[in-house]
Parts: sequence; structure tokens; C-alpha cells
Amino acid sequence: MNTRYLFAFLVVFVLFLVSWLGAAAGLGWLFGVVIPYAAVVVFVVGFARKVLSWAASPVPFAIPTTAGQGRSFPWIPQAKIDNPASNWGVFLRLLFEVLTFRSLFRNTRMRLKEEKLTYQLEIFLWVGALAFHYAFLTVLLRHTRFFLEPTPWCIQVLETLDSFFRVEILYPGVQFGLPAVYLSGFVLLAAVVYLALRRIVIPSVRYVSLASDYFPLLLIFGIAFSGILMRYVTKVDIRAVKELTLGLVTFRPTVPEGIGAVFYIHLFLVCTLLAYFPYSKLMHLGGVFLSPTRNLRGDTRAYRHVNPWNYPVPVHTYEEYEEEFRDKMVEAGLPVEKPLADAADEAAQEKE
Amino acid sequence: MKDKRWIVSGLVVFLLIVLFPFWYNRGRAVPPPEVKLTEKAKAEKECVLARDYMKAEHMQILDLWRETVVREGNRIYTNPKGREFVMSLSNTCLDCHSNKAEFCDKCHNYASVRPYCWDCHIENPKEAR
Repeated sequence: MNTRYLFAFLVVFVLFLVSWLGAAAGLGWLFGVVIPYAAVVVFVVGFARKVLSWAASPVPFAIPTTAGQGRSFPWIPQAKIDNPASNWGVFLRLLFEVLTFRSLFRNTRMRLKEEKLTYQLEIFLWVGALAFHYAFLTVLLRHTRFFLEPTPWCIQVLETLDSFFRVEILYPGVQFGLPAVYLSGFVLLAAVVYLALRRIVIPSVRYVSLASDYFPLLLIFGIAFSGILMRYVTKVDIRAVKELTLGLVTFRPTVPEGIGAVFYIHLFLVCTLLAYFPYSKLMHLGGVFLSPTRNLRGDTRAYRHVNPWNYPVPVHTYEEYEEEFRDKMVEAGLPVEKPLADAADEAAQEKE
Repeated sequence: MKDKRWIVSGLVVFLLIVLFPFWYNRGRAVPPPEVKLTEKAKAEKECVLARDYMKAEHMQILDLWRETVVREGNRIYTNPKGREFVMSLSNTCLDCHSNKAEFCDKCHNYASVRPYCWDCHIENPKEAR
């Protein structure tokens, strides 16, 4: 047993209990209006403050990662995306980093194979991360149907694509698949389970994992699970839910009667995620754009990067140093730049 | 620093996207749809099952009905109160709720749900009766 994931699990469980008891105690206003507004404010203000604090931080060194051949002689082909020398190249590098996680794709694992050290492409983390992020994006975009009336056509197209596979199961006692199954929700759940298990099962990954790594995974698991539960198993009155969510974004908050407790649990976990976001590792959402290893040009040999916090330093040059200590240096037998000739002249002048 | 301008504009764009529902709606009121019941439905007082169940889970019973009729050829449904219904969307459901546009579509459009009932079933099944 590991206290780190146990702690994260306990926190998520307590959050679940709090919202469940809150919903059962009829605290609809607190969990349906006050906490969501507070969470959005914390998210927006916290996110802005974090990014602005990063913007105010100077970049003392040019540290772009050189993941390919840099610009050199014209007859040496340059890796224009992996070691960009122009702003356009940096833009492409960041674009592919954000959309396809290139640096994660380069992940390799060292193995001893027949007493030889080999590097193997470790692709599953990359696949899991891609599935997780794109599924989460789809789920987020789909949820705009609760905040916009009428639902925009592009969201409707997305819903249609997402529910492309009709999975309907009906046996005595088992009924599943209505309303239409959204693939993204299940991909999200599967990916988050994989990413969490990966941290728990692989010993080397478990060793470097902290509670702040497990907590978001377990929280997102809770969110996806409660969402799926609410859509396919213990259904809630969707009309009342949209009345509540639309009330929030139109600043006319209402708490309709008869929304199931699952909804308040789901909403509370989402609010926790929002409020936790700016103060956690999840800020890689903003941080990926501000990584000096990714957003600087790989032209450190062509242009000098001046440390912005450099200030005029009183410099004691070597010439001045030697002027000051020449006689002592000669006496100690140390080599000097302007040696004996000058020293002899000076000595002669002094004698005259 | 000249980078600060880019960072701040990126931040503003991000926050505008995040807060899109707030400024898009700009405080306009969006009243929830009022479902209209026909006189016949009002007179019945209760649907096949309890009101709250029908509100959230009507698709489940429609699915069950379809399965029972199409696969088993059984057309009679007995609800927990012992009342018998002919399992038919067109002839039973739409008998009371003959106002699809004012009843079904109101909530479905509001929640952006596009059920495939109407791929096969016609809205006003007068000839089918």
C-alpha cells in the first residue's frame, strides 16, 4: 500500500461523500449555484494570475531542446521542426507539441536484451495521453449544449459523430445504451483508468508519483464515472439540469426540483477540478506554451541571448589585475602578459 | 518584455473561450420549455408509469416495448398498477400525446437530443389506427 494514492483516493471519496450528503440534505443552492460560481471565479482568477506570474519571470538562458540537427551549413539538412531556427519553426514545433505530444512520442525505455542495452519505443503512454486529452476535449465541447440555447449546429454535428456507434443492450435485468452512447465518455474513462493503473502498477513510475499526480486522475475518474452513471444508469431529468446550468450562465440562477443526487456529485467534482486546476500540475495547459525548452528558437550559436536580469557589474579585467599584482606575480614566478620589459622600464624610470 | 504582449493576448483569448457561454448569453433570459399536455393527456392524470420516471427514463420503456413487440410478438403491457396497455408508440403514446411538436420536440430540442423514433414512425398516425 502506498500512502500517496491512498491519500488521493481518500480525498476524492470525501469529496463524493460531501456532495452526496449535501444533495441529500437539500443544499441545492450551495452545490448548484454558490460553489459553481466560486469555482469558476477561482479558476479564471487563478489561471490568469499564474500565467501573468510566469509572464513576469525572466528567461535567463536560451535553453531550447535540440531534438534534431540545428541550422548549419546549407548542405547539412536541418530538422526544421525539432530544432527550429525561425519563429515560424517555433510555431510549428509548439503546434505539434500541443496537438500531437511529439516529445511524449519520443519516450523510450531502456532494456537489457541478451546482455545488450536497447532502447525501445514506449508508445502506450503516448497513445493513452492522446486518447485521454482528445476524449476530454470532446466531452467538454459536448457539454456546451447545457450552456447554450439553442445548441449550435457544430455541437450537434459533434454529438452525432460521437454517438456514431449504437451500443444497445437489452436483456432481462440489463438495459443499456439509451440515450445514445457517446464514445468519448467511455474512451475518457478507459484512458484515465489506464493512466492511473500505470502509475500504480509500474514500480518505477509509482516511485516518482506523488499524491498530486494521483489526485487529478482519480478526480477525473470520478467525474467521468458519475457522468456515465447519470446518462445511462440512474438518469436525471435533463430538462431540469439544463434549466439550472443555463440559469448559471445567464446570471439568473435557479435550482429546479427533482434533480438526482448524482448530478450534484458530478457538478461538485467538476467544481473541485476547476478550483484545483490553477494550483496544480494541470496548469500544463497554459505552461506548455511558456516552456523555454519549446518556445525559444534554436539559434543560440547565431545570436547571443542576454539575460534580462543582467545589470552593469563593476568588472576588474585581467589587465587591471596584472597591473595591480605584477611584481608579486613575477616574484612568485607566475607568467605575466607584459612581463619583464615593462617591469624593467618602470624600475629604470624609478631609479632615474 | 516584448513576449509579455503575446502571453497576455493568449491569456485573453483563452479566457474568452472559457467564458464563452457567459458573454454569448449576456444575461438574456432563456426560459425552460413548457411542455403542453393535450386535454386527453390531462384527463388521464398519469402516464404508463409514474411522472418522474417517465420524465427521465421514458426511452428505457420505449426500448423495452420495441423489444417485446418486435422480438416476442407480445403487444400487451401491464404496469405495476395492473392496468393494461397496447405497446405502441404510434397508437398508445401518440394517442394522448398527439402534439409531438409541443410535447416531445420541446424538451428534445432544448436538450439537443435527436431520438431516432421518427426515422420510422410518422408523427400523426391517423391511418395506422
